[in-house]
Amino acid sequence: MAVHSAKQKNSDKSRPFVASMILILGTVVLILSIALSVLYGAADINLQTIWHSVTQFDPTQSAHQVIRNLRIPRGLAAALIGAALAVSGAIMQGMTRNALASPSIMGVTAGAGFTMAIALAINPQPSSIMMMLSAFVGAGLGAGIVFGVGTISKSGLTPVKLALAGTAVTTMLSALSSAFTIHFNIAKDLSFWYAGGVASVQWVHVQLLAPVTIIGLIISLFLAKSITVLNLGDDVAKGLGQQTVLVKVIAIIVVLILTGAAVSVAGTIGFIGLVIPHITRFLVGVNYRWIIPTAAVLGALLLVLADTASRMINPPFETPVGTVTALVGVPFFLYLARKEGRGL
Amino acid sequence: MKTQKRKAMFVILGLFTAIIITLLISLNMGTMRISPVDVFQTLIGNGTDQNQLILFDFRLPRIVIAILIGAAMAISGAILQGVTHNELADPGILGINSGAGFAVVLFLYLTQNSPVSAVFVLPLTALAGAVLAAFLIYSISWKNGVTPIRLILVGIGINAAFSALIIVFQLRMDPDNFTQATIWLSGNIASTNWSYTLALLPWILILVPFTLYKASTLDALNLGDETAQGLGAAVEKERMILLLAAVALAGASVAVGGAIAFLGLVTPHLARKLVGVGHRYSLPTTALLGALLLIVADTIGRNILSPSEIPVGLVVSLIGGSYFVYLLMKS
Repeated sequence: MAVHSAKQKNSDKSRPFVASMILILGTVVLILSIALSVLYGAADINLQTIWHSVTQFDPTQSAHQVIRNLRIPRGLAAALIGAALAVSGAIMQGMTRNALASPSIMGVTAGAGFTMAIALAINPQPSSIMMMLSAFVGAGLGAGIVFGVGTISKSGLTPVKLALAGTAVTTMLSALSSAFTIHFNIAKDLSFWYAGGVASVQWVHVQLLAPVTIIGLIISLFLAKSITVLNLGDDVAKGLGQQTVLVKVIAIIVVLILTGAAVSVAGTIGFIGLVIPHITRFLVGVNYRWIIPTAAVLGALLLVLADTASRMINPPFETPVGTVTALVGVPFFLYLARKEGRGL
Repeated sequence: MKTQKRKAMFVILGLFTAIIITLLISLNMGTMRISPVDVFQTLIGNGTDQNQLILFDFRLPRIVIAILIGAAMAISGAILQGVTHNELADPGILGINSGAGFAVVLFLYLTQNSPVSAVFVLPLTALAGAVLAAFLIYSISWKNGVTPIRLILVGIGINAAFSALIIVFQLRMDPDNFTQATIWLSGNIASTNWSYTLALLPWILILVPFTLYKASTLDALNLGDETAQGLGAAVEKERMILLLAAVALAGASVAVGGAIAFLGLVTPHLARKLVGVGHRYSLPTTALLGALLLIVADTIGRNILSPSEIPVGLVVSLIGGSYFVYLLMKS
């Protein structure tokens, strides 16, 4: 609530022109960043080779193999995951009118990690689809607990309570996952899934991720108008004839699908879902029809750049991309905490 | 007042007994079972060599460490809650633990090839990290004064930042050090020995009695700044001193036991429930509760999934986290 009243001055109207410019320019920059991300890596490969590996693929050349089978899927996956996380965050913040709502703060990612640990304990060589399904279930579990705590509590779901419940549930679920991994000796396997980032992404992951993310994005575009209304408050939305419960249920399902898909491929990547929606609202105003596509483009851009940066910090080793996004996101979070501290 | 005193004495005695009983149970449980009779025989000096080794070199230092860290973390939480008038303050949530953790990981990273004779340096390093974190949290949340809520939110952010930095440096270590650091960071007292106990002991022996001595100041601060001033307390100075004590206790515990979450949050609450809000009785109760909780958690961690050990920090997270969620639902 506080975020909207505080931002009322500079963003109480929607700015379709700015939004369209960001969408067009953002997409161009995104494509360039994916190209940059394909270009940059441990093995030095020049632009011409990249072009050839796409146009005249030669399986005998290792450079072509690296580009086709490692770097291109990696860049695409980063873009899809960034978009998915940013849109989930935007929907969560719009729906709950809560400045701090986002997948990593609400226990969604920790829940997914927990069920993935269980899946690995049951079957040490799980298929990608099984991991994705267990991530969905876990994402629902984490969010369910955090929301449940907030709802049962007498004074309702304030932003601070949400952040605290999220922190507590995240700590507990991660503790349970660690206990599992230690007992079943699957710490390494889980960290491969959980903290792997997009480093080990293959085409099979992109094939799973792409349709899920795109369907999720399309549904959220259809939801956009309802979320804009919902953001005015439950009472107003009901007064305008909206079926708030139905909208909320669909929105939650979309969030779980998008987050679950992202987490099952890349593990915990924090702060994108928190930061990007705020920046987007600041840029394009309050209409979720523009917020959702813009957040998708900006989220994709941020994760592709963060992933590229994660390879530059400590070459030839990789830093988990979640660490990079955390280091970008924390200053922003602190800024929010300072700014909104009074009203939260 | 008199009934409160009697009640408090009763609770403190009860906790003391509980600690002794848990200690004895904890001594005879583990991968190698030692019967109570053998435990007794070994304690008075008539045990076999093997039992002596297990009890005196493995289990006893671990239990003593659990008592010390439990008390320190609990007191640290109690001070933070009193000073910030905030029932949700705790060195873990505020990011003080991860600040200390970061300093220790940085230290291990810089000295990873020199053999670690660092047992006595580690608490100091951790202390520096804890002070840094506390300073950052306090100054970032300062805006015409510090509201409790802003303090907590900033703490959550600082926590995330230090955790990310810990990962960056951890990944630069070689695999052995990496694993060691991971286990230590999840809150672990398994590989402890007497020298760690000795390193921790002076901190506890000085700071815990000091805090107990300051109980009335904490009571005054808890009434709010104006009232405290009216009662003659030098508010800013006292708050600074007490905060430093809390940070030092948390830092020293983290250096030896790793980041143990929720202990400092939960125990002051339970203590207030048991003996009321006056710090004179609630502080010692908090310390004893912390010690008891940590021995119980460590005994559970050692035995529940035996032969694999669950780091004590994870067990405390589960117990403390549930209680915290319960508190949130009630508030």
